Amino acid sequence: MVQRFIRGIIVPALAIAVWEAASRTGILKLEFLSRPSDILAAGIDGLRDGSILLATAQTFEAAALGLAIAVVAGVLAGTILGLSRPIERTVGPTIEALRPIPAVAFIPLTLLLFGFGLPMEGTVVAYACVWPILIATVAAVRGIEPRLLEVAQALELSFAERMRKIILPAALGRINVGVRVAVGFALVVAVTVEIVVNPRGLGYSLIVAQQSLRIDLMYAQLLWLSILGYTVNALLRTVRTSEPDLQAGRAA
Amino acid sequence: MSVQKVGLTFGTSRGRPILNDVNFDVLEGEFLCIVGPSGCGKTTLLRLLAGLLQPTSGAIVFQGHRVSGPSRSRAIVFQDYPNALLPWRTVAGNVALSLEACGIARAQRGAAVDALLAKMGLQNAADQFPSQLSGGMQQRVQIARCLAQQPKIMLMDEPFGALDAITRQSLQDELLAIASERRMTVVFITHDLEEAIYLGDRVIVLGANPGHIVELVDVGLPRPRNQLTTREDFKFLSLRHRLFGMLQGH
Repeated sequence: MVQRFIRGIIVPALAIAVWEAASRTGILKLEFLSRPSDILAAGIDGLRDGSILLATAQTFEAAALGLAIAVVAGVLAGTILGLSRPIERTVGPTIEALRPIPAVAFIPLTLLLFGFGLPMEGTVVAYACVWPILIATVAAVRGIEPRLLEVAQALELSFAERMRKIILPAALGRINVGVRVAVGFALVVAVTVEIVVNPRGLGYSLIVAQQSLRIDLMYAQLLWLSILGYTVNALLRTVRTSEPDLQAGRAA
Repeated sequence: MSVQKVGLTFGTSRGRPILNDVNFDVLEGEFLCIVGPSGCGKTTLLRLLAGLLQPTSGAIVFQGHRVSGPSRSRAIVFQDYPNALLPWRTVAGNVALSLEACGIARAQRGAAVDALLAKMGLQNAADQFPSQLSGGMQQRVQIARCLAQQPKIMLMDEPFGALDAITRQSLQDELLAIASERRMTVVFITHDLEEAIYLGDRVIVLGANPGHIVELVDVGLPRPRNQLTTREDFKFLSLRHRLFGMLQGH
């Protein structure tokens, strides 16, 4: 573990060292390439005065809101589509037509609808995230062992009981796969919306830093985004490894 | 339960019938075995009795009502027990599912589950997941779950077909003990003629293409039955002889 960490850190450490040395000796004189030491200082300042943390909270807020909407809508719609072939045949083509529209293409529309702020950003994130969840849920529900549905029938479970006790637990494992994909989308789309229009969050801080020629701060925020992305991915990986027992009690 | 001139044809009218003019009654408290070659519609017949399928002609009447769908009063023991158990629930949780469906309060469920698990020899497996159990144990869980719903009739679809001989024999005897203790009505599908004679009060022999009743015989062997003496009984052997001929003939 430690050894792998050290191995993984060699390349970035070397690059930073060369970069720092080159900019100090004057070999590197690019205007838009700040020094690693300055970037680090800017980052620490930004963390200390709370501006980066505030922006992070705003970005995560929008990502989480959009993701929550997408999970509820995707699982609900996906379950209905997965259970009913006729509905799936009716609604399916519409879904296939809507799905390829890039979520960020909805920025102008959502801006008109909601103005700047959290709701418009959350909506765009939700649009991006709902599809992988929807598709995973349809497949998951359709893949449920038919015998289990017959057991539910034989026990005369109500629709609500059937959902809660049979369908959702049986589909949970595969739905999780869709949610994990969506989590990755959520952060990317939130930052994109902030860069393009929305005056909040990390994406907007990046733009502000760039436009006020605080190149060091811009790099610091990029670095911070990379740390956040890495952390989120690492968290998702732990969910993945603990999934088999969650999915089916198939541990051991 | 009364099965009246039941026929079933899948697909259009041009399709071949699966079952044709099947007529019999299930008597209260009896152990009725249905035996037949593979593909004769045994499982289909059981699904009709359960209400999971509807006949295309004739009717099935249970306690004065026409069967139009599944009911908790008719428990189904499926052949493929690994698929019929909820893999995310423990053994106790699987049995509790029936009690939940019956609307039994949480406070009373624990004791009821414990009693059923003890009855089926599962008391030490309560907290295990189905995938951790042997096939015989998994089928015990399914039977316990069906007993939990206190059915008027148990419909069993080749429940022991996939088990090894030793496990099968002990489950046969346990099933007979429970059935006589609870005076349960059982319809038991099997492809094993000896199993049918050993367990049943009456045996229906089905023929194939389309599925139809070849013969309905009274077994008339004394109870309690015994794996050794019953199977060596002259009556058992002659019945086996007679029915074997019928199964071959069709």
